[in-house]
Amino acid sequence: MDWHILAQQLVNGLTLGSIYGLIAIGYTMVYGIVGMINFAHGDVYMISAYVTAICLAVLFSFGIDSLPFALLATLATTMLITAAYGWTIERIAYRPLRGAPRLAPLISAIGMSLVLQNGVQLSQGAKTQGVPSLIPATLRFGEGNDFVQITLVQCMIVVVSLTSMAALTWLIQRTSLGRQCRATQQDRRMAAILGIDTDRIISTVFVIGAAMAAIAGVLVTLNYGSFDFYIGFVTGIKAFTAAVLGGIGSLPGAMLGGLILGLSEALFSGMVNTDYKDVFAFSLLVLVLIFRPTGLLGKPEVEKV
Amino acid sequence: MPSTAASPATRGVRWNPVFRQAVLEATAAFALALLLLGPIVGLVLDGYEVKNELQRPLLIAAIIAVGRFLVTLAMHTPTGQAALERFNARRRQPGILVVSISENNRQRWWLLVIVALALSLPFLASKYWLTVLIQAMIYVLLGLGLNIVVGLAGLLDLGYVAFYAVGAYGLALGAQYLDLGFWSALPLAAMLAALFGGILGFPVLRMHGDYLAIVTLGFGEIIRLVLNNWLEFTGGPNGISAPPPQLFGLEFTRTAKDGGMSFHEYFQISYDPLHRFIFIYLALFLIVCLMVVVVTRLRDMPVGRAWEALREDEIACRALGINHVLVKLSAFMMGAMVGGIAGVFFATYQGFINPMSFNFFESALIVAIVVLGGLGSTTGVIVAALVLTVLPELLRAFADYRVFTFGVLMVSMMIWRPRGLIRPRRRAFEVKGLCP
Repeated sequence: MDWHILAQQLVNGLTLGSIYGLIAIGYTMVYGIVGMINFAHGDVYMISAYVTAICLAVLFSFGIDSLPFALLATLATTMLITAAYGWTIERIAYRPLRGAPRLAPLISAIGMSLVLQNGVQLSQGAKTQGVPSLIPATLRFGEGNDFVQITLVQCMIVVVSLTSMAALTWLIQRTSLGRQCRATQQDRRMAAILGIDTDRIISTVFVIGAAMAAIAGVLVTLNYGSFDFYIGFVTGIKAFTAAVLGGIGSLPGAMLGGLILGLSEALFSGMVNTDYKDVFAFSLLVLVLIFRPTGLLGKPEVEKV
Repeated sequence: MPSTAASPATRGVRWNPVFRQAVLEATAAFALALLLLGPIVGLVLDGYEVKNELQRPLLIAAIIAVGRFLVTLAMHTPTGQAALERFNARRRQPGILVVSISENNRQRWWLLVIVALALSLPFLASKYWLTVLIQAMIYVLLGLGLNIVVGLAGLLDLGYVAFYAVGAYGLALGAQYLDLGFWSALPLAAMLAALFGGILGFPVLRMHGDYLAIVTLGFGEIIRLVLNNWLEFTGGPNGISAPPPQLFGLEFTRTAKDGGMSFHEYFQISYDPLHRFIFIYLALFLIVCLMVVVVTRLRDMPVGRAWEALREDEIACRALGINHVLVKLSAFMMGAMVGGIAGVFFATYQGFINPMSFNFFESALIVAIVVLGGLGSTTGVIVAALVLTVLPELLRAFADYRVFTFGVLMVSMMIWRPRGLIRPRRRAFEVKGLCP
């Protein structure tokens, strides 16, 4: 095993892991606050990839050449539209089921996921879509055939994810909204008695999760350049794995789990086999659930009557 | 003038708060729909450019806005208020009808008619409709199997197709490597599927129920990926052929392989390729009938009652000393076994299988069948399976919208009819003179 292959896989794993971490936030926050798996979250991420490509195409067709402006405008639009999806999904599929048997919101979530996947397939077609490579700049370390390559987009992914994570942590830890979120997560009924509009907080959590998925969607689309209506499914399960690995309900856990999953997946596909990298990630999920269901940073779950 | 005198009055009626609220809500719905659907539905990616199809989201948003407007108005009429009241009242009900056994027995003659009809259908149907019927029967079987897991035990299994695949590949690989025939593979593949269910279920079922959903989802993907990637063993995406069925060693081919005898020669009738399908259909039908009897009996037995009790309240059950892991595992393995049996039939009917047949949409379809059938109702599941498999054949033009419709159905069923379209019945034993 050459050092440069190892280093290259570590770089790839780091970028992949940041993406998983960003998407995992949506799972972990929603699970923390309403105690359900939002199966449609992966598809929200998929929608953000489509909106990114559409937005870039529209901007370029208007002849906007300034790349930073185009990227920022795309990011803002994608976050807005994706957040609207998060809000609407909660409103349509989950809010009427508050207090329903445990199975009902799960089935509703699966139905929503099918609607989003098939809706995009119907309107955008089943073929793989893409965006042109916009930022070709790369850094190279090493000589000849032994080199490690870091693209500027990969650097952006790590920087932007860390920044958004920091911003989110500040939002949750320091602001009034964050305090309300934490109160609702701890005890929804008590929070409601103390005057917190819990329905609004739950909506906010869905919006935040969707916005984070939108950041991930923009970054992934810039990095890989191609996507289809099915990407949300596998990425969604993996991001959920990251959330479980880090301890579901915990924000730093989601990022940590994402990084661990991304790194181990990249190392696995670099050293063992690329065909089975999804199998590896899913097996990891099963193993974590068996041996450490609370994850790395999670608190043990106490079932109450 | 009379007209000007009348106008303030009419304006007062027209712009009452209800109307203004309806207009506001309709406008908000229109704006939101436009924001959501505008880019995704209205701007279609074509290479690195977009095609303008903005009339589509405008139309959909307009329909949504008008719908919202009418619904808001209707909610304030007496009829709408009454409907809302009824809806809320129904949600408070437990939703299960208790029927005494004597009442249940009255429906027996109906069953005879249905069975006779189902037995005579294959002899009347064309080849095309025969294959549709077989597919419908396979889905009935899958629905009944998943109904034990999701409907009775309340465990959401989103990778049910994995056990279906284990059954199908059990037959195909068993025939290729171990020289197994249809009838020897049937129990073995079923046991293999149950074993897979046990291995997967045992660790996961100890934990909070939601994890099972995502683990089974991942497991379904693992099975499909392994089948797809393990070229030298499973044939990968190229698929593998599965042996045709036999009846006591009689083959359903024009000329039997050396040493064998074909069905039409033995019975001295002319060869008809439909015989094979009729045989598969009848065998499937028998298995479905057997399943219905077994599930009905199980529901009245302690284990079946424990399944449903665990679904309703796990903590109470554990407090009463029910071993929740073993009870759940029994349901999960039983469901897996039925999935395996359905897989064997699918493989022998197709004659050729590849991993494409076992993707997530297949799992979602089976979940949709169980949900539409009403989570626990055997009759409901059978009807839903027949409707969801036969209806798409009739409505070929809308084939693309199939999955979309299933999704919408699943969400709306959970909101409006969580117990399914047919109300579930629970049998109770009557003691004369005890109940008024």
